[in-house]
Amino acid sequence: MARQARQWRVGAAGIAVLGLTLTACGGAKVGDSSSEAGGSGSSGTCGSFNLAVNPWVGYEANAAVIAYVAEQDLGCKVTKKDLKEEIAWQGFGTGEVDAVVENWGHDDLKKKYISDQKTAVDAGPTGNEGLIGWYVPPWLAKEHPDILDWNNLNKYAAEFKTSESGGKGQLLDGDPSFVTNDEALVKNLKLDYKVVYAGSETALIQAFRKAEKDKEWVIGYFYEPQWFMSEVPLKKVKLPEYETGCDADAEKVDCDYPVYKLDKIVSKKFAESGSPAYDLVKNFTWTNDDQNVVAKYIAVDKMTPEAAAKKWVEANRDKVDAWIK
Amino acid sequence: MTVAVEKPEKTREAGPAAPVKEERKVSRSMVVGAVLVVWLVLFLVLRGKQTLALAAADLTDLHRWFNDVNDSIGANRNSNPLFLYFFNEIRLVIDTLVTFVQELISQPSADRPVPQIGWLGVVGVAGFVSWAVGNWRVALLAVAGFIFLGLQGLWQESMDTLALTVSAVFVALLFAIPLGVWAGLSDRFNRIITPFLDFMQTMPTFVYLAPLTLFFLIGPASATIATVIYAAPPAIRITAHAIRSVPATTVEAADSLGATRRQALLKVLLPMSKRTVVMGVNQTIMAALAMVTIAALIDAPGLGKTVMQALESLDVGTAFNAGLAIVVLAIVLDRVTTAASAREEAARRSKNRFLTWRRPLLGAGAAVTAVLIYLSHTYIWAAEFPGEGGTGSAISSGADTVTTWAQDNLSGITNAFRDAITNGLLNPFQTLLTDSPWWLVGAALIALGIVFGGWRAGITTAVCVGLLVATGVWSDSMTTLASTVVATVLVMLLGVVFGVWMGRSALVDRMLRPTLDAAQVMPPFVYLVPFLALFGATRFTAIVAAVVYAAPVAMKIIADGVRNVPATTVEAATSAGCNTWQIITKVQLPMARGALTLATNQGLIYVLSMVVVGGLVGAGALGYDVVAGFSQGQLFGKGLAAGLAIVLLGVMFDRITQAAARRTSA
Repeated sequence: MARQARQWRVGAAGIAVLGLTLTACGGAKVGDSSSEAGGSGSSGTCGSFNLAVNPWVGYEANAAVIAYVAEQDLGCKVTKKDLKEEIAWQGFGTGEVDAVVENWGHDDLKKKYISDQKTAVDAGPTGNEGLIGWYVPPWLAKEHPDILDWNNLNKYAAEFKTSESGGKGQLLDGDPSFVTNDEALVKNLKLDYKVVYAGSETALIQAFRKAEKDKEWVIGYFYEPQWFMSEVPLKKVKLPEYETGCDADAEKVDCDYPVYKLDKIVSKKFAESGSPAYDLVKNFTWTNDDQNVVAKYIAVDKMTPEAAAKKWVEANRDKVDAWIK
Repeated sequence: MTVAVEKPEKTREAGPAAPVKEERKVSRSMVVGAVLVVWLVLFLVLRGKQTLALAAADLTDLHRWFNDVNDSIGANRNSNPLFLYFFNEIRLVIDTLVTFVQELISQPSADRPVPQIGWLGVVGVAGFVSWAVGNWRVALLAVAGFIFLGLQGLWQESMDTLALTVSAVFVALLFAIPLGVWAGLSDRFNRIITPFLDFMQTMPTFVYLAPLTLFFLIGPASATIATVIYAAPPAIRITAHAIRSVPATTVEAADSLGATRRQALLKVLLPMSKRTVVMGVNQTIMAALAMVTIAALIDAPGLGKTVMQALESLDVGTAFNAGLAIVVLAIVLDRVTTAASAREEAARRSKNRFLTWRRPLLGAGAAVTAVLIYLSHTYIWAAEFPGEGGTGSAISSGADTVTTWAQDNLSGITNAFRDAITNGLLNPFQTLLTDSPWWLVGAALIALGIVFGGWRAGITTAVCVGLLVATGVWSDSMTTLASTVVATVLVMLLGVVFGVWMGRSALVDRMLRPTLDAAQVMPPFVYLVPFLALFGATRFTAIVAAVVYAAPVAMKIIADGVRNVPATTVEAATSAGCNTWQIITKVQLPMARGALTLATNQGLIYVLSMVVVGGLVGAGALGYDVVAGFSQGQLFGKGLAAGLAIVLLGVMFDRITQAAARRTSA
């Protein structure tokens, strides 16, 4: 024991000496001007900007570009908050969230927070068009082109059978936060299918990825714009044409999903604050292709959102300048 | 349900029990058989009637009422005095605490681009504290572990997670220790608080995450409170248990010496139960770390965010790297607290001469640590972890390679296995549960509850069945019940095989234990993607995920039970000419039946705690309802009801298996 103790003492002394030596060596000190970004170009008029980030890559692309421009060009202090939609909208009322920058429909939330509680306002479209529908992997569309018409779906129902579908064809649905009429559609179009809930976007993408690779039969809910389309360009199945009002009664829907004009929602306080960040959010518009490029940088090329935004902004300065003019 | 709970019974039958008992048991299994036959016959006649099925988007009045309550809270939060003077105050205190710890070790503070204490200081403190409360071995482990986090390229994320964990554990213990002491001293309080603890532990976190952000806003305060709710119960339970386990004679001795109640508590009860209380702290830390990924959904900073974001693009490697960091943190904290609980005993056993050196050595260590903190406060190289995190990218690409290989080469076998279990076991069982009239299933459950657990368990089951019907998600509950039981059967199969193996060989035990620890702490979200590739978005994927999480517990408990079989008994059996197989089946398993029932109980509860995760990968039913309630405002009430249903299933299982355990050990 005594020997052990002596070793300890020696060791401790050694570390102390080492520590002091290192101090003497020095190095760059915290707070040295060289270690800072030189005060950056912040004009100070913007202040802080709380941006909600909903959990899908397309949204992340919007948020990354807006945050990058707000920080670099307007000198805002951007705080990104990772939140699901429902919680992000809650944040408008409590002042925790200033903007949601890719909203898909959500008429219930609009009613609750814009019309009733009056804590949020619409900040216009993002320019993206959201398509929701039923998709099949490309190999399937190529080998059986007639599958892209809903009238032929029953013919193939047996091929889509799985252990989960109880003898019928399986129609795979995704994350519970997605807007879906699929159960009503299957019933009203008299399709021999059962809706099976994959439960998450991850599960849905994995199912399609594997289906394309192993030539499996999968049909399921999906949407565009989506980074995964650049990896596996899924083919959309044609459902009966959408007409205004055909989806008014959730029980009786028998038509395709409408084309969603994706939009931005901001908190009322933020809209009235006169912050340049609000003008940026309001003016921000781009195309599905723009978003897909940035989303691909993030999801496929594994760039950080900041790096992806930087790359796109530098290549598209003209578009960015139009937002902050 | 029948299969799972019957398990210990079977082994008992095989055991060399007294013949009188044998007879009673036969009659019991005959009753079970009769219940099942009646159920099957009535099922065939009444199939599809009164099943209480509810479509995914349908709501009951109860669900709508929950929605209204939620909405009115949201609408009134800025004017209600309860918020202004109560919830907001709590939030402020906790926010201040978390922000303080964050600025100390993880986030830039005030005018500094880096936190107050950089990586070198944190490593120094971790090493010193581990050495002071434990021993030099765990100190080494702590230093190595923390440096590994930095090499993974996840230093800041890890520190954010650590800051949140430390704050949550601190707040949890602030309440848990006094409550635990109270529950240990008063039987009445213990009875009152137990259902609340059950509720806190089994209610899926997803259910209260969204409401918590209503009460405490988005940010670290809500994340901390969510973690506290989940992590405090183990500390309360174990503290109460520790106080209760102090020998009555010791307390009497103190009483007879004239100690007041206060003195008895402070000088006798608390010091004597210290060791067990530290184990409670350990469990609370582990539970807090398990919450890290889920709390990321309400913007809790740290490793959980990395895991979640990686999953958006199915980046298994990155998710695994972050998951591994959580495992490393958990293992370090676990070993340090375990060593801390054993330290005093170890010190007493060792010679006193070491103790005389201890004080000056501690002083020297503190001085070195202070130097390290100063360095990391002052110099960039000691504040920001150097390097690009090359180890991390090596780990993630390695994980990617392994997953891709497994997905490409194993999916044929795994699909066959999935279909066999799904068609042979899960589907028939689920049909029986979901297509029978609700009152028939209810009656069968109550009857089985009485047979296995006695009248009291029968009454509990009846109450639970009634409340399950009231939640309006009966049909989904039965679907979940079917998957839960199948998963538990698999857990017990694995538990018995590996538990016996570990119990019989110390070497196997040492080899397997780290893997088991990792399987328990690794966030399930990390292995969901590979499982999805192997098994598709199905109920079976959810079952596999639940088995991975629950089997380690069952194995550990069974191994412990097997090891505790007296060596003399095993020797006697060996000398009587039993071969290994006979020793296992006729001696060790029957004698460890208490452990087997406990393993079934814990296995079931752990499987149930994975229901929500299962909902994310195709299990549907209650898990999906809960996630949907978290994601969509109009489904909030239904999600809450589904969460309650999970709690009810848990309580029902727990009471029946515990009563059964008491019976078998009696």
